[in-house]
Amino acid sequence: MTAASVLFVRLIVRPLGREPVRTALTIFAVALGVAVVVAIHLAGSAATGSFRSSLETLTGDADYEISAVGGLDEKLLAGLQALPHPLQFFPRIEGYAWLAPDGVSVPVFGFDLIGDRSLDGISKTEGFDLDQLTADDSVWAGSALVLETGWQLRLTMNDQTREFTVHGILDVSAENGASRSNIVVMDIAAAQRAFGKEGRLDRIEVFVPRHDDRDWESIITAALPEGVTLSRQGSRSDENRKMLSAFRWNVRVLSYISLIVGAFLIYNTIAISVVRRRNEIGVMRALGAGRNAVTMAFLGEAGFLGAVGTAIGIVLGWLMADGAVDMMAATVRSLYVSSTPGEILFTPGSLLVAVASGVGVSLLAALAPSREAASVAPSEAMARGRHETTARLRIGRYLAYASLLAAGSWGAALLDPVGGMPLFGYLSAVLIIAATALATPAMVNALTRLLSPLLRAIFGAQGILAPRSLSASPARTSVLVAALSTAVAMLVSVSIMVGSYRDTVIAWLDERLRADFYVRTAGQREARQYPTMDPAVADRIEALPQVEAVDRFRAYEIRYEGRPSIIGSGQSEVLIRHGRLGFLDGSSSKEVLTALGSDDRVIITETFSNRHGLGAGDTLRLPLGGRMVDLEIVGVYYDYSNEGGAVIVDRKTILKYLPDPAPSNLAIYLAEGVDSESARPAIEKAAGSHSVTVADHRTLRTRALEVFDRTFAITYALEVIAIVVAILGMAGALVALVIDRRGEIGVLRFLGASQGQVRGLVLFESGLIGLFSNAIGLLLGSLLSLVLIFVVNKQSFGWTIQFHWPAAMLLGALSFIYAAALIAGIYPARVAARLNPIEVVHEE
Amino acid sequence: MSLLRLESVTKHYRSDNQDIVALDNVSLAVEAGEFISVVGRSGCGKSTLLNLSGAMDFPTSGAVHINGVTTTGLADTQLTEIRRRQVGFVFQFFQLLPTLSAIENVELPLLLCGQTSNRRQALEKLRWVEMGELADRFPHQLSGGQMQRVAIARALVHSPKLLLADEPIGNLDSTSADIVIKLLRRTADEWGTAVVMATHSLEAAGITDRIVQLRDGRIEEIRPA
Repeated sequence: MTAASVLFVRLIVRPLGREPVRTALTIFAVALGVAVVVAIHLAGSAATGSFRSSLETLTGDADYEISAVGGLDEKLLAGLQALPHPLQFFPRIEGYAWLAPDGVSVPVFGFDLIGDRSLDGISKTEGFDLDQLTADDSVWAGSALVLETGWQLRLTMNDQTREFTVHGILDVSAENGASRSNIVVMDIAAAQRAFGKEGRLDRIEVFVPRHDDRDWESIITAALPEGVTLSRQGSRSDENRKMLSAFRWNVRVLSYISLIVGAFLIYNTIAISVVRRRNEIGVMRALGAGRNAVTMAFLGEAGFLGAVGTAIGIVLGWLMADGAVDMMAATVRSLYVSSTPGEILFTPGSLLVAVASGVGVSLLAALAPSREAASVAPSEAMARGRHETTARLRIGRYLAYASLLAAGSWGAALLDPVGGMPLFGYLSAVLIIAATALATPAMVNALTRLLSPLLRAIFGAQGILAPRSLSASPARTSVLVAALSTAVAMLVSVSIMVGSYRDTVIAWLDERLRADFYVRTAGQREARQYPTMDPAVADRIEALPQVEAVDRFRAYEIRYEGRPSIIGSGQSEVLIRHGRLGFLDGSSSKEVLTALGSDDRVIITETFSNRHGLGAGDTLRLPLGGRMVDLEIVGVYYDYSNEGGAVIVDRKTILKYLPDPAPSNLAIYLAEGVDSESARPAIEKAAGSHSVTVADHRTLRTRALEVFDRTFAITYALEVIAIVVAILGMAGALVALVIDRRGEIGVLRFLGASQGQVRGLVLFESGLIGLFSNAIGLLLGSLLSLVLIFVVNKQSFGWTIQFHWPAAMLLGALSFIYAAALIAGIYPARVAARLNPIEVVHEE
Repeated sequence: MSLLRLESVTKHYRSDNQDIVALDNVSLAVEAGEFISVVGRSGCGKSTLLNLSGAMDFPTSGAVHINGVTTTGLADTQLTEIRRRQVGFVFQFFQLLPTLSAIENVELPLLLCGQTSNRRQALEKLRWVEMGELADRFPHQLSGGQMQRVAIARALVHSPKLLLADEPIGNLDSTSADIVIKLLRRTADEWGTAVVMATHSLEAAGITDRIVQLRDGRIEEIRPA
């Protein structure tokens, strides 16, 4: 062992061992912070990083794909195959089926099972019987579905539910991993019939010859009709990644909160260590230790705590990642793209993230107190009062810095996003947190002064001692309050943001969901799935005497400027009479919808408008039905259903280009005076044997809010962990405070304080820290919520959220935090009450 | 009836697995208004005697009676009650709370008793120790002598029957020590408080009524000063 390591063990590690509870609390707080970052890092990669749409799981190694809005005419395939080039074209039908017994949505692929080269990997399936290939009821299943050959499968495709026979399980050794997913494969002709896509294809995969550098992209494009798109293979994955990046970033940033809170606590631990060992530092300096040695010793302490915390955090994070994947994948499936999350993989990158967040942040946090320790002259180290005076004097300077940072935060909030990311929004949030942390000592002092007379009058000795004790060591108390108030602020800001968002969505749903019933195909529908129903269902319902009108809605997936979105069509004449949309410029819903009724007019959502910089009066050029169509934008409306945004045209317009009358959804408006419950059986009967569900607007509203709440579950989980980190740190810091003040506590016992009073005093202090943190956290959280709502959210997702105070929720959350702060004081209070006054006074 | 009576008091401690006899069969009675000093070398048991007398600890054997109440077997709350009503403490290192002003320090025992309007009472005691002018100063703004005067005011603010002073002048210059000793003398004379002072200073012990000489936990001699 080197001399330095001997000294490190004796002077740093050993004292930590003498206070095992406090050390353990600090380490656990760091571990939790690291665990959250690691869990979100691992889950983010698993749930979204490898995200490929389920429909892309079988893309194989094709070079390009050909697609068009609403699908391709299958005659195109013959034309392409006749090209005088060594190109290979393979057709695809894609769709989703609802697996009735499990209630899960599974991707279904129609392949040319004999000739498709990309099936190499899966054609070696066990029991792959070529004789069965073209039968309408034959399917092959991915192993994740846990089926066996010969089993019957009940699938709902569009509005038809039918029995299928499993003729094979896809080979688990297939290289592309698709066989391990929950897919169903069938013959392309059977798939066309099953999805009602006779004569049409969803995609054509293109393989170009190797070692032939001709410009295949131009050659193929030249052979394609207008409105048909050629894109590089994998571009859909790139689009998904792009689309998910805002979501991933926001969750990632949230996961850093616990780390920020942990950083405050490490700072606090080292600062306490420095204050406590001022005499020791003085002695060490007098015995010949240089400034660097002192700095390194305290950095070593932080590094030690960080390293142990990181090791535990990695294990915890690994365990937490599973839950995080489930939460994130549910959100991704509901809001972005139907997909299966990948495996959780701990890579060297993950280790780097863990070490950087645990050890790196610990060292950074400890830098200031370590340098302060080194700057103390040996003689100065002996004078205790002087240090607190210095700390007191700095309050003014900190306030000046805080003002500068607050101004910087304001300025950053006004800046535009960088590459679609609200980087300056995040910077604004970080600056305002830093500004508040620097202003915390002044605020604690002000609050103490404000409350002291009242507390004294009500609580007597405890009311005078607790606030004085807190304000007497501003450096220590303020860091504690800053840590907890940062966690509180995060909770408050996210609660306000989510609460505001929820209220906005509720108001929007109430405005939008004006029909009495909504009909759609049976089964659970995930994001970007638009199964259709027989148009006769709508006609039969419309003919019912109880029904006044039916709005047939049809959606198709589109890509615009490299981002996925949808084009939807509705019946504007029905919407004019019964529906209502809120337009950004305040235009009358009736007027805009009347204009929409004309040919080639569209309205677009706010998110689409923001994402692509389009507005009323602009022209939108889209490939529809084999040609490029110019559509005039007549309005921009509020919509919260789809982050990618939507383009809405009148049904007449869409049928002109894509003449498929099958609707995706129906909105049913009953005649005046008709009771909705009595009309429901007639509507269900009109659906006949078609597998559709009829839901009233209340059910739809409830479902939408369930999806909403599920989406934000992870947000709250992360917030609660940040609070737990802060509370753990607070308990540790309070123990330190008690140990430091043991002499004072002993004197109180001599002066007549009972054990209960001493216990009460510490609890009072933790209660005050909770109160101050709540007050400062509420202030900071409110400011942060403005940044989140009007900068980060707006720049990330593009929609307007109306600001609301979720008063009941905030009250509940703050009460919980206050109670948690009190609970954090229980152990330190017990330590204080059990101190032997004779011993501790004698020590002093 | 003596205000403080120690009957064959013995106190053992365990330290590093060794049994240490801090007091060995000590008997002593102190009357109201009497000022006695306990002298002896460091570690002879002076502080232990004061702690037992102030209901801070229990004897291993024997009994301690404070104003007629036997401390042995009392619960912590009852011991606390005795300290609140009957006992005042003065320490060598003053032990003023650094976060409280002089007057707030003096008020503290009253607040701990649950009394809220007590500023007048505290100021009275501060004036009695001639510290009324500096009532709003904080400990770090006072000299050692001034701090000890504030500590005496704090010990007397609730008018205890018994004042226990552990080396009250051990950390003071001779002028300050002189003032403090005179204050303790006045306490016994004017208020009828029984004062027990542990000290190394024979000069200080000289102005008390009796001197108790301790040696290795036993009373070697009790003599008039």
